[in-house]
Amino acid sequence: MGKKLLMGNEAIARGAVEAGLNLATAYPGTPSSEIIGTLAEWSGDFDYYVEWSVNEKVAMEVAGGAAYAGGRALVAMKQVGLNVASDPLMSLAYIGVQGALVVVVADDPGPHSSQTEQDTRVFAKFAKLPVFDPSSPEEALAMTKAAFELSHRYQLPVLLRPTTRVCHATSGIEFGPRIPNVPEGFVKDPKWVIFPRLSYQQHQLLEETRLRLEREFSDGPWNPLTPGDRIGIVAGGVSYLYAREAVARLGLNPTMLKVGTPHPLPTAKLEQFLSRVDRVFVLEELDPVLEEGIIALAGQVGFKGPIYGKRSGHFPWAGEYSADRIQSVLARTLELAPAAPEPGAQDVPPELPVRPPVLCAGCPHRASFYAVKRGSRGSNAIYTGDIGCYTLGNAPPLSMVDTCLCMGAGLTVGQGLLRMEPGRPVFAFIGDSTFFHTGIPGILNAVYNQHPIKLVLLDNSTTAMTGHQPHPGMGRTACGGAVPQVDPVAVLRACGVEWLEVLDPLDLPATEAAVRRALEYPGVVALVLKSPCVATFKATRRYRIDSAACSNCGRCLRELGCPAFYREEKPQIGPSCYGCGLCSQICPKGAIGEVGRS
Amino acid sequence: MRLDIVIAGVGGQGTVLASRVLAQTALDAGFPARTSEMIGMAQREGSVQSHVRIGTEFGPVIGSGAADILLGFEPAEAQRSGNLLKNGGMLLVNSHPIHPVTVALGSSAYPLAEIRAYLDRLPARVTWVDGFELALASGNFKTLNAVMLGVLASSGALPFGRDAVLRVLLEMLPERVRAVNERAFALGCQVVKEG
Repeated sequence: MGKKLLMGNEAIARGAVEAGLNLATAYPGTPSSEIIGTLAEWSGDFDYYVEWSVNEKVAMEVAGGAAYAGGRALVAMKQVGLNVASDPLMSLAYIGVQGALVVVVADDPGPHSSQTEQDTRVFAKFAKLPVFDPSSPEEALAMTKAAFELSHRYQLPVLLRPTTRVCHATSGIEFGPRIPNVPEGFVKDPKWVIFPRLSYQQHQLLEETRLRLEREFSDGPWNPLTPGDRIGIVAGGVSYLYAREAVARLGLNPTMLKVGTPHPLPTAKLEQFLSRVDRVFVLEELDPVLEEGIIALAGQVGFKGPIYGKRSGHFPWAGEYSADRIQSVLARTLELAPAAPEPGAQDVPPELPVRPPVLCAGCPHRASFYAVKRGSRGSNAIYTGDIGCYTLGNAPPLSMVDTCLCMGAGLTVGQGLLRMEPGRPVFAFIGDSTFFHTGIPGILNAVYNQHPIKLVLLDNSTTAMTGHQPHPGMGRTACGGAVPQVDPVAVLRACGVEWLEVLDPLDLPATEAAVRRALEYPGVVALVLKSPCVATFKATRRYRIDSAACSNCGRCLRELGCPAFYREEKPQIGPSCYGCGLCSQICPKGAIGEVGRS
Repeated sequence: MRLDIVIAGVGGQGTVLASRVLAQTALDAGFPARTSEMIGMAQREGSVQSHVRIGTEFGPVIGSGAADILLGFEPAEAQRSGNLLKNGGMLLVNSHPIHPVTVALGSSAYPLAEIRAYLDRLPARVTWVDGFELALASGNFKTLNAVMLGVLASSGALPFGRDAVLRVLLEMLPERVRAVNERAFALGCQVVKEG
């Protein structure tokens, strides 16, 4: 059996399987989503339970419960998801578990698809929990298994913090055997009830555990020291691989310490390292977690050499690192010839067109935004957005996202805006998955506190941006089982929304008219604009422009921003057309018509 | 044996699948392989870049001026990734442009002739392919990635043959689109004689 190409997230899933996983939960979020997607796909082959939970807090608590009963549980999310789940995590650190609880939080240096560049290693330190920081998919698998083992042995949640370049990198992976875990069941005990007196005791225990872990990590395999000359390099995560490439290109032979457990720091190992070198480069993406630990330790042990990192101004605090970037800092600081590869391109390149991500051809959100834009024209409305594909509605020509903060906040930020400018209409857009995630409390707040928000629920019946994970509105589970479907309309009614209309946004005149009615209504209103995501069905028709009838006014091109359009002499529709028909409804000449799909 | 390949294109063109096919073929041939790509926002008609590193012990990202091969699925995107191609490297590029929405809106220009001229001046072996026409000829414009894989697999630059690439490609595709992709791959193979 040869090696199979697996993504880091798939490798984490495999590691969990081999560690005897009993239960896994998550809410999708790039770059973490494929962990649970993969576990769901494999669920027929193994005896474990997998779910897409409605949000990260819920996912953390379900996994925590399973670990109370002796299960080996995994919960996965992206870095901003941990903010949602931080409440149970902080308390779980104190309460502990009986089986194992591995919390996988994918960080996104760059960031490539996130609101923040927050560093989960800092969260681990804040929560006083151990964290593993893998550098590659292979190591992500090994560390996942180690995290389960450590969690079970210490009865403590353990974090695994892969980054985008681990989660979405692929590598050749070898599979190991699965060692099943049989949960012993929940045993009643006062230790499961978090009273203040218990918290004080547990806090003391956590600090003792930290010291034990420091020793264990110093002696263990996750922080290997590679002896070399008196130049020292400490690196964490994928930066370690970048560092190895950079020193190979420069022909250096530094003493290298790879830190795989950034909290608690392997202090004894670091002391050993400092005794072998006379200067130190610290390479880590995002916050100076290793660097600050080393600076503190250097003070304690009397290390006098320079420490080059973020605090010294040698490396950037924000964004991703790379072998190139590390190579150039090493070369400059050590006064070496740069030895950079010759650039391929020598002359001045022509200026390239800007190519931002856009809503797909045929995406019903385009129709929704356009209908609300037209229906609310002249009203001075504010359009609050939220997290999902529809955040892309901010781009011209739609320009329909004035605010975007975090999951569920479009609705509630809108309520604050309303209180400051009572006459000004606020349309709050939210997707169906986000509605179930953290939208519902915002609706309750609007109804209860009488904030006359105009909610626009963009219901495309999937969690599109992260890869079409199911949610409570879809009637099926992570593993495909059929379950009762939760109707967002019934939820809205139950929350007390008085004025509610359900429409197909691809019927432009009807949706526009409903928007105008919504503007007239003084209380909380909800427009449910329902039409499936184009990625979930096969197109059966497309549209084309009758050039003879086209007056070349360019309205279709200019107002919709559909990527299927391009311009030759006159506007044209390319083969990526999905047949939504929105353009045919706005053409003043009636020049756009439906044709069958070839 | 080390080979660094960058695939540049537009979200939706199938760069990710192409990178996976190359890496799995390399693994099957006994070479270590890694890939890296962006999944998420950039899928939706944005610029995308996949890295394939064959025989590497380092990270999954190819540095500036270090790629042996640049496989351009789109001319402007090939230029955007041109800085990664090494001096004397190989550029295989689809000549059919995809105009971003910003061009239709008039906020950006797409200077195709200048982009072509610039790419032709790169210190690299440059091969232009009308991959879009070949994909259409195979029966589905979405097979561009199979066409380009056929072109690359026939270039003689890979440490494995084109049959190995085709076999992995077909394994990774759902049954219903195998025939059309096999045709597209064969059309790509005809562009370059196997070296």
